[in-house]
Amino acid sequence: MQTEVIMSGFGGQGLMMIGKLLAYAGLEEGKCVTWLPSYGPEMRGGTANCTVVVGDKPVGSPLITSPKAAVVMNQPSLEKFAPMLRKDGLLVVNSSMIPIKSDREDIRSFRIKANDVAAELGNRRSANLVMLGAYLGLDEVVSHETLLKAIDKSFEAKKQFLEGNRKAFMQGYERAKAGQSDE
Amino acid sequence: MKKIFGYPESLTPSHTHYCPGCTHGTIHRLVAESLDELGVRERTVGIAPVGCSVLAYNYFNCDMFEAAHGRAPAVATGAKRCRPDLVLFTYQGDGDLASIGTAEIIHAANRGEKITVIFVNNAIYGMTGGQMAPTTMPGQVTTTCPFGRNTEHEGHPIRVVEMINTLETPAFLARVSSHTPLHVIEAKKAIREAFRLQVEGVCFSMVEVLSICPTNWGLTTAESNKWLEETMMPYYPLGVLKRPAVDRAPDPMAIALPEGV
Amino acid sequence: MAKVLMKGCEAIGEAAIRAGCRNFFGYPITPQTEVPEYLAKRFPEVGGIFVQAESEVAAINMLYGGAGVGKRVLTTSSSPGISLMAEGVSYIAACHLPIVLVNIVRAGPGLGGILPAQSDYLQATKGHGHGDYKLLVLAPSSVQEAVDLIYEAFDLADQYLTPVMVMGDGMIGQMMEPVEFPEMRDLGSLPSKSWAATGARGRKPNIINSLYLKEEACNANSWKLKEKYDEIVKKEKRSEAYACDDGELDVLMVAYGTMARICKTAADEVRREDKKKIGVFRPISLWPYPYEALAAEARKAKRILVVEMSTGQMVEDVQLAVLGSKPIDFYGETGGVVPSPDDVAAKLRE
Ligand SMILES: Cc1ncc(C[n+]2csc(CCOP(=O)(O)OP(=O)(O)O)c2C)c(N)n1
Ligand code: SF4
Ligand SMILES: [Mg+2]
Repeated sequence: MQTEVIMSGFGGQGLMMIGKLLAYAGLEEGKCVTWLPSYGPEMRGGTANCTVVVGDKPVGSPLITSPKAAVVMNQPSLEKFAPMLRKDGLLVVNSSMIPIKSDREDIRSFRIKANDVAAELGNRRSANLVMLGAYLGLDEVVSHETLLKAIDKSFEAKKQFLEGNRKAFMQGYERAKAGQSDE
Repeated sequence: MKKIFGYPESLTPSHTHYCPGCTHGTIHRLVAESLDELGVRERTVGIAPVGCSVLAYNYFNCDMFEAAHGRAPAVATGAKRCRPDLVLFTYQGDGDLASIGTAEIIHAANRGEKITVIFVNNAIYGMTGGQMAPTTMPGQVTTTCPFGRNTEHEGHPIRVVEMINTLETPAFLARVSSHTPLHVIEAKKAIREAFRLQVEGVCFSMVEVLSICPTNWGLTTAESNKWLEETMMPYYPLGVLKRPAVDRAPDPMAIALPEGV
Repeated sequence: MAKVLMKGCEAIGEAAIRAGCRNFFGYPITPQTEVPEYLAKRFPEVGGIFVQAESEVAAINMLYGGAGVGKRVLTTSSSPGISLMAEGVSYIAACHLPIVLVNIVRAGPGLGGILPAQSDYLQATKGHGHGDYKLLVLAPSSVQEAVDLIYEAFDLADQYLTPVMVMGDGMIGQMMEPVEFPEMRDLGSLPSKSWAATGARGRKPNIINSLYLKEEACNANSWKLKEKYDEIVKKEKRSEAYACDDGELDVLMVAYGTMARICKTAADEVRREDKKKIGVFRPISLWPYPYEALAAEARKAKRILVVEMSTGQMVEDVQLAVLGSKPIDFYGETGGVVPSPDDVAAKLRE
């Protein structure tokens, strides 16, 4: 089994970070992982994305053009990656920032107002964790407990943000588990 | 007809890729206005560097080259020597001009190439994401001096125009800044003067422009302007360091610049 | 040691430290700047010396100096910077000095672009600087392999007294993968270098030089180099054959570096979906090129498909290995366009 997910949004929305968290958690569970960032001209101002592959066997191509899942936090990302998703793929959409919907009917879409959820929790900057939680709630490629451990580890030095980020992650996770897609 | 406040003809109407607050755009405009006012756009050739202003060839509405990192003064030399009737300028950052391109700038200046050099000193490598430049200030943190520039190991920042001022040949050397509207007015005068001297056939002219890089300094625009004023300006004093001694009719547009140090 | 998740560039820096390198000279250039950035931070902890040179021309000559006084030295750069280093590398090779040089290749020619490419193959394996010299060139296809090859490169450089290049593309530099680092080399255990210019106390002066006023002497040095290269050709060829072990192959792909991984994914897909037998041959040493190993795999194949992120720089080497016995097709994209597994699979189905 191998899962590929592309995480994409504006630079600064923290997509590289949630991609790394997923990769860390995969490594923690002894899986084979790769994390490949977009780098290049699009970095400045435009969208930034990373591709994470998690599998049981050594990862072949770290570069994925038809991923199984996409976590998109802004509209350009949805426009770019929704068409690339594999049939039956999973699209997790930040509906706080993306009013439009993908017109694909052969994929699963889940919409969550990640910015609003994060704001309600009192930590606007943790919308990325809400998205990651929602993704894991729909496709638990690594267990959410392992992911929480990865969060603990990466916020070791910034303890003041730890609780907020854990909460944001769990909110996303639980809402997705409960199937509370925002229509 | 001169347009004073309109959009300079020597700039293309394209949007630049510079970060919010970045002064590269302002400096482009000063160069473009100078070319417009001197009426030389159609015989000007610019040389873009490798640095954040690498895409300057898209922004200046005149013939342009893109040079290899640091080599713009040599490219300008070749072009100007082959076509002395053209107006040649290079537009270079501190990594480009004062690090990898030190040999080219010194020798172009020393040969007295009839070119104009616009040197944008933002004390950092902007394009590659914030590494140390030869002009990085002592103690300033960059990604390749993560503990702050240590003058024991990395030396002191290079004062480029002062260094070039030790040469006999260059004609016009000035340092200006771009961080307040008043400084921009002064910067414009110096840049225009540098081009005017070239047009009149006087040799090598160069203007260093102190500039900000909010992105890689990790500061807001306002904080950056303050940092430039408080940290860079005392070390890099503004003014004209050298101008041609020869007597000639004063340019009505050129207003007296303060004499430099 | 437990595995850690690390970016290729940073892992390369750490691997050099493990290999006993405490001296880095380089100049920033994307997509490898994370190596100098990593070492600028990490070196103080292990007593290493980091110098940001004023240019790649200077950086490579700093290596000339460091290697000449007997230290393990490293520089890393990317294509345009490697071009600037050609002169210095030629001097270093001529003087029989060991250095390790990393090229995280970006798209060219000219300023090109910063995205991954493999368009420096000919420069690395046939050209680069002037004179009769060769670079030993190793091409990793994962972060782990980059670490292992860097670690080994320092030993190879010391063993053969020659510059060794580790060549990866931008993906190797930028990607994060789990890695396990080899043990920290004890600096006292590194090979001693009696030829180094360390001060002529109680011995005749050691001269590091590549000028020969007499043509016979210059000729002799080139043949001395050649002898060394012949030995490298004999002993240091490396390659991997993937899925080549079940009889006749419909297609044998030849690819190196990350391109080989993409080809493996495509091979698996076409095997699964089309029931075609596809193998992948991956040269690991690009010079010396594993001609014989490739020829052996090629014998099993109906046709060969060379896949590169260039316009076909490796094809001639494949032709030399196969010597007209099999048809060779080529598929490549460059300039930062990376063929995807689907693109490659489509070529396999043609
Ligand atoms: C030969 C070579 N070495 C390195 C680079 C990478 N590089 C691109 S821009 C740059 C530094 C730019 O800094 P600066 O000149 O100060 O311009 P800024 O971006 O700050 O305006 C470097 C090192 C290159 N393109 N070519
Ligand atoms: S990185 Fe710095 S120099 Fe470059 S465009 Fe942004 S602010 Fe300007
Ligand atoms: Mg700069």
